[in-house]
Amino acid sequence: MTILTFTLILLAGAYLAGLVGSLTGLGGGVVVIPLLTLVFHVDIRYAIGAALLASIANSSGAASAYVKEGITNIRLGMFLEIATTVGAVAGAVIAVYTPTNTIAILFGAILLFSAAMTIRKKNQEALTTGSNLSFKLKLNSSYPTKEGPINYQLKNVGAGFSIMALAGVMSGLLGIGSGALKVLAMDSTMHIPFKVSTTTSNFMIGVTAAASAVVYLQRGYMDPGIAFPVVLGVLGGAFTGSKLLTRLDPKVLKYIFCTAICFVAVEMIYNGYNHQF
Amino acid sequence: MKKDISKNLFADHDIEQFIGLQLRYGVIIASLIVLIGGLVYLQQSGGLALPAYHQFIGTKTGFTSIGQIITGISTFNAKGIIQLGVVVLIATPVLRIAFSLVGFVMERDKLYILITLIVLSVMMVSIFGGLKV
Repeated sequence: MTILTFTLILLAGAYLAGLVGSLTGLGGGVVVIPLLTLVFHVDIRYAIGAALLASIANSSGAASAYVKEGITNIRLGMFLEIATTVGAVAGAVIAVYTPTNTIAILFGAILLFSAAMTIRKKNQEALTTGSNLSFKLKLNSSYPTKEGPINYQLKNVGAGFSIMALAGVMSGLLGIGSGALKVLAMDSTMHIPFKVSTTTSNFMIGVTAAASAVVYLQRGYMDPGIAFPVVLGVLGGAFTGSKLLTRLDPKVLKYIFCTAICFVAVEMIYNGYNHQF
Repeated sequence: MKKDISKNLFADHDIEQFIGLQLRYGVIIASLIVLIGGLVYLQQSGGLALPAYHQFIGTKTGFTSIGQIITGISTFNAKGIIQLGVVVLIATPVLRIAFSLVGFVMERDKLYILITLIVLSVMMVSIFGGLKV
């Protein structure tokens, strides 16, 4: 295969990954790793480097729209980024001592968990009485809706912070945004309305991924020949996805893709178990 | 108290608009640089055989430090240009933290100035801490 053919096929694949990632809410980075390793037989370390870049591009691109609408809780994001960045740097350090097959198995497990998280029931209710800590840290806020702004408060700040640290470690270790773990921390644990938790999670993914991306760049995980088609393809796919989302209800698509993702996850675990990486 | 909150919200709103724009332009500029480098890369070596990507060679790929990337750009090396785009992309969220810091300083929010400084120093440790092993 020549470089040109590889680039064009990967560009198309990354476009689809970005599209699926955006329609399911899983994020493009998560789909890029199996694409590179299972389809193109690229070393998983190059795949992790490329996926991190895809996560940063996706997060920053989408966050710019949400932040301007005032849905994102910037204070909450900033506070929780202490946990995710420390976790991400730790994850990038642990990665050196972790066999690639273990990373593949762990990745498959997180993928299954993420697929389950995207089709579960979502928290729409705004909490009206927050915990003491939520006041001290000024985390309670409001977000705009068609019917006017809705106030919300939150609780279990400590537990949410701990899950965020874990999300950071996974992000640094596997090169993904860990959106599912971030939403679990905010949505299920801290009782933040779904719209705020997803946009704030998205807002944080860029910073979390950047914290470990710097380390990986210096280690040579980011190959320009792979980064180029992956970054442009995933961004294009995510952009198309966001346009499609406003016009169609992706419920059926979501189920189909999540089922497909489960098969991919099982294959990653199977291959990792058989030392194929 | 009430007046204080509305004033804060106003400053928040301005900073939000600015951060939104900064993130968007960061991604656009990074993608453009990657696209230019990528086109040069395909033009120069599109017909060559694919490197052995199933083998990880780490830092031997080159362009893993700012120095190497700058040298690469000055010689108009395609991979160096793509890596510059990669660096701009990674710098985009880091710059966002710095702008948030400016916002909290303008609001005189001491708690969040401290929190933002902690996040920023973690990033600095990651960048300059020699963690590449």
